[in-house]
Parts: sequence; structure tokens; C-alpha cells
Amino acid sequence: MTHTLYIDGIGFWAPTLPDWASAAAAFRGEAAALDTPVKRPAPQLLPPAERRRAPDTVALALEVALAACAAAGREPATLASVFVSAHGDLAINDHMCSTLVSAPTLLSPTKFHNSVHNAAAGYWTMGAVCHEPSTALTAFEWSFANGLLAAGTQCLADQRDVLLVGYDVTAVGALASVTRSSGLLAMALVLSPQRSARTLASLDVQLATGGGLPALPSSPAALALAGNALADALPLAEALALLAAAPHTPHALRLPLSPHQCLQLSLRTAVGL
Amino acid sequence: MPPPITPLRISAYTATTAVGTGCAPLLQALREGRSGLTPNDFSHQPLPTWIGRVAGLEGAALPTAWQAWDCRNNRLAWLGLQADGFLQAAEAARARYGADRVALVLGTSTSSIGATEEAYRALDAAGQFPEATRLPRLHTPHSLAMFVQAALGLTGPCVTVSTACSSSAKVFADAERLLRLGLADAAVVGGVDTLCGSVLFGFNSLELVSPEPCRPFDADRQGISLGESAGFALLERGAQGEGPLQLLGYGEASDAHHMSTPHPQGLGAERALDDALARAGLGCDDIDYINLHGTASSKNDEVEGALVARRFGPRVHASSTKGVVGHTLGAAGIVEAVVSLLALEHGVMPGTVNTRTLDAVCGPQVKLQVALGPVRHALSNSFGFGGNNCALIFGRRASQAQA
Repeated sequence: MTHTLYIDGIGFWAPTLPDWASAAAAFRGEAAALDTPVKRPAPQLLPPAERRRAPDTVALALEVALAACAAAGREPATLASVFVSAHGDLAINDHMCSTLVSAPTLLSPTKFHNSVHNAAAGYWTMGAVCHEPSTALTAFEWSFANGLLAAGTQCLADQRDVLLVGYDVTAVGALASVTRSSGLLAMALVLSPQRSARTLASLDVQLATGGGLPALPSSPAALALAGNALADALPLAEALALLAAAPHTPHALRLPLSPHQCLQLSLRTAVGL
Repeated sequence: MPPPITPLRISAYTATTAVGTGCAPLLQALREGRSGLTPNDFSHQPLPTWIGRVAGLEGAALPTAWQAWDCRNNRLAWLGLQADGFLQAAEAARARYGADRVALVLGTSTSSIGATEEAYRALDAAGQFPEATRLPRLHTPHSLAMFVQAALGLTGPCVTVSTACSSSAKVFADAERLLRLGLADAAVVGGVDTLCGSVLFGFNSLELVSPEPCRPFDADRQGISLGESAGFALLERGAQGEGPLQLLGYGEASDAHHMSTPHPQGLGAERALDDALARAGLGCDDIDYINLHGTASSKNDEVEGALVARRFGPRVHASSTKGVVGHTLGAAGIVEAVVSLLALEHGVMPGTVNTRTLDAVCGPQVKLQVALGPVRHALSNSFGFGGNNCALIFGRRASQAQA
């Protein structure tokens, strides 16, 4: 059974490719990534005090979420949202596990409430004053693919626009000896059940047998980001970048969901529909 | 408002909590109004509070084949799966539909973080995890679902919902959408959370932990009692087949207010309620039993008590079962779904254990004592940090509703 979704907006952030336009150009080999990484984004959706205090995960997620909504011309408060991350906030996890060893009764209440996997989703709904359904999922290194499946399912089952936001951060402290994730990476998509004037690409989606490790991207610019645990978003990001430059060439992609299953995607532009 | 959904059949369900393994001891404790909370003896530096601890997990190592998944949370998952014939029901579904047609959607708040905490207490000289504990798939929140998928031999969609204390209520919504689109023919849903330093000291830092057994909706409540539990349900399409119990509706909504405090007027909770009623095609008067989130925190009970008082008639029986098993966080949704299913199946509407004097904010709906009687429809509320709200409605198949 094939289901069709429409991508109406894209948000992307990495320290050397801090927006979708520069990332897409780099993935196409048209431009280089920045030599000097920029500072992490300051989420405009939050009040200035919260903006400074927000954990990296929250800053990243809100940045790409807002960019995707702006690109899609959608009011953030109207969208259901699906947030995904393989590991959540690794810096907070490291801090909490260390504090639990040294001085458990001194654990910071703010760190604790920011440690929940749905912290970014919570700050997004607060910043956007959004009362719509929001969720936070994880599926190890297949998180973006599973987020796409869940967000796409909600989009089609309930015939509503859904915001998908993926992010992961660097493993620090002792966690770095076990958890594989480096650098900051985030990507967001606004998915719609209907084609509109805003539609950037159509996405035919099928569940298929056969999974395995996440696929690697092919461009040097995307490969440079593949150490992040959200790397399974990169092949789709690349395909979207190529599609924008060559609208008549459809792309077929296979995104593993687990050791057992994958999403088979076929991407076309609005022009070719 | 969302349109009504086609009900899903619940062909098996189970919960393992502080009062014992499987549904029988839970139903017994609910009938007797008995609390399973005990003084906190968890961790090397126990806080002065009460907990809902599952006995025997320390000696319940996973079978050798799954050694790499061994941790307290996955042990509780395995213990829970073996209760009430759930493992056999999941195996039968796998045989009936095919392993790739059975989805797995599990909720957890902290998953295996307890194992990560242990590794931090045993770091090597270089400040790294000891070699034997360097298991990337264990020290990550998807650990629970990856283990359960392997243990059940399933190969369909497999995802973890982690929205704090609404996690394992929302799994019903994700599963219903997968089934509605035909992406699976059946779904194992559920959740597991275990006691760990992160939650005990975390809730302590927020001054939300009670020094006594929690007293939900009591005028003098002093906070929550943390617990641990595992619960599972098997969802299938169609009204045919065995078992009269059904998922009728669900609602999900956001407070957009604060990370750890509910919206003062319960805005998200009320939207979740309205969406659940709309999907079930029911009104408030059709609900006979409400399992409240009722954590015994000052704010939750104030907001939820007022919501129930303003939306429901005096006839409904509402209660919190947190005094029986504790607040089991990411597993609270599934445990309270199971309590609601037990209410429907056995006509037992639990009381609010430990509570002596109801807060003035409560209406006549909140009951302290257990009551017996037919239950047509049951509502279960689950609210989480981040202002994440979920309401579930369960019922009996129409032909059996009069029974």
C-alpha cells in the first residue's frame, strides 16, 4: 500500500550549515560549508531569558521548527507536532548521572524538568502557544525515519498538517564512551495531506521488509555531519536538495526503521506531479 | 472536533505493579482498597518517602540470549510480558498476522537510565564506562522497545513514545492511527518505567515527593509517591473474535503553559477530554468510571479536580489509584488503562486509597471507597511534564453493554 504526503516546508541546522538554503547548496556541491562553525541558534520563539537558558536540544529543535513553518507559510499554533531524537539531551543526562553519584540531593530542578524527552516539544508548544497534539518519540539511530512514519501516519489518518522535528546533540562526559553522537544536527519538515501552492515535494511512502543500519548520505557536505545520531535524516535532506535543482528527476530512497523494516520513499517535485 | 473512530478490540491486557505480577493481585488490591506503597529503600541514599516497588527484580536476570538487554527496566518488561498469558496472546497475533504486521508502540519516561546511573557509579580511571557496560543499545531511551521487539519476535513498526507521564497513554493513539491506515493488523502497546535515582531525586528537587504514602485529592496531600510498573495491551481491528473490551477514543492536547506545572484552568486536559469524547462519539454522561491522573501533587489535583467537577454529573465514579501502586510515570498511562479495563470487565470501580478528607475543589464525583456495578464506558486521564495531556476512553462491545 502506497501513501502520499506533501512536504511544504523544510528547516535545517548544523553548525557549519545553519539554514536549509546553505545546506541544500552544499549537498548539491554548489557551495562549501562554513569554515568556522556558528554559535548554536537562539530560539526566537522563547522569551530572552529562556532563550539563553534553553538546553542545546531545545534551541536546535525550535530553530528548525520555526524555519520549516515559515517556509511552509504555516502558523505554528495550528500544527500537530512530532519531535524525535535518538538520545535526547545527552549533556543533561551526563550532568544528572554525575550529580547522582556526587550529590544527589543537589540535583537541579530545572535540569530535571528539562531532562524529559519531550522538553523540546513542551517548549515549542509554549513558545508557539500551541494547544494541538504534540509528541516526542525515539527509535535509536532510526529516529528520523520512525518520526516520518509517525508524523506521516497522523497527517494522513487525521487529514491534518503535521510538523516533524528531529534533533540530536554531542555525547559528552562518560556517556561519550558508549553513545555515538557528535556535533549538533536538526531537521524539520511540515507535512501536509494535500498538495498546495506551497508544496515543495511529494513523497510516496511504503512500508517494506528489510531494515538494517541507517543509510549514509553521499555528498561530502552531508557525510561530514553523519557522526550525529540523527544522521538517518541526511539521505532525505540530500534528496530534497537535489530535487529542488533538478525538478524532473524523481528520487527513490530506502530509510531503515529497525533491523527488520524500512520506508521506501519516492520523491517528486510539485512541477512533476 | 475529530470524527469518531472505529473501535479497536483489546484482545489481551496485563499490568505488573507494586501489588504483584499480573492483573489478579491488582484487581484484588483495588477491591480491598489496599496500598502497595512501602517506605523507600531504593538506592544507596534513600530519600524519606514511600515507593511502589516491584519485588524480586534484583534476582530476575533476563534469559541468557538477551543478556545485552539486562537492566532493571527490561527485567520488569520481561516479568510483565509473562503475566496473564500476554506472551502467548502476542505470539498468537504474530502467527495470525505475520511478525511484520504486528506493530509495537511502547511508552517510557526514563527507560534504562537506571543502568546508565549504575555505570556512572563504576567509571574507570579514565572516567569512561567500564568495557562490559559499553552497550549503545542499552543506554538509550529506545532500549525498552528494542528489547521487547526482540523478546516477542516482532518485525513490524517499532517506536518509543517518551512524553513523561502521558507516554503509555499516547501509545494507544499512535497504534490506532497505524491500524487505521493499514500499516499493521495488530499492535502491542504498553509501557514500562522503573525506579531510579533520576526520578526519585528529580521529583525531590521539585519538592513534589511526599514524606508519607501519597493521598490523591486529599485537602492535606503532601505530594507524590513514585512507583514502577509494566503494562501491555494487544489491539486488533474489528469487532469479531473473543473479548468484549474496546478502545473507543483518545484525545491528545498541549497546555502551552509550563514545563512542570499544569495549565491553571486545565486547558490541555479539557481539550484532550473533548477530543476523546468526540472520537468515541460519547458525551460526559456516558462515562461511568474515570481513572484520574490524581498524582497527589498540589497543582495536578487542584486542576484535575476542578475539571471533573465542572464537566461531569454527580453520578460518575472518579478515583485515583496512585495510592495503590504509586505514580509510575511513563508506565502510568498503561497501568491506569488496565485499571479502567478491569473496571469494565469486573464491574469494580476503585476508590482513592490513603485519602481521608477530600480537597474542597473536588465535586461529588471523586470517590474514596470502592463501588461495584456495571461500567459501560471508562475514561483514563494521563498528564505529563511539558504540558502533555492524553485522555483514553474504553468500553464494551455494544452487544455486551447490557450485561
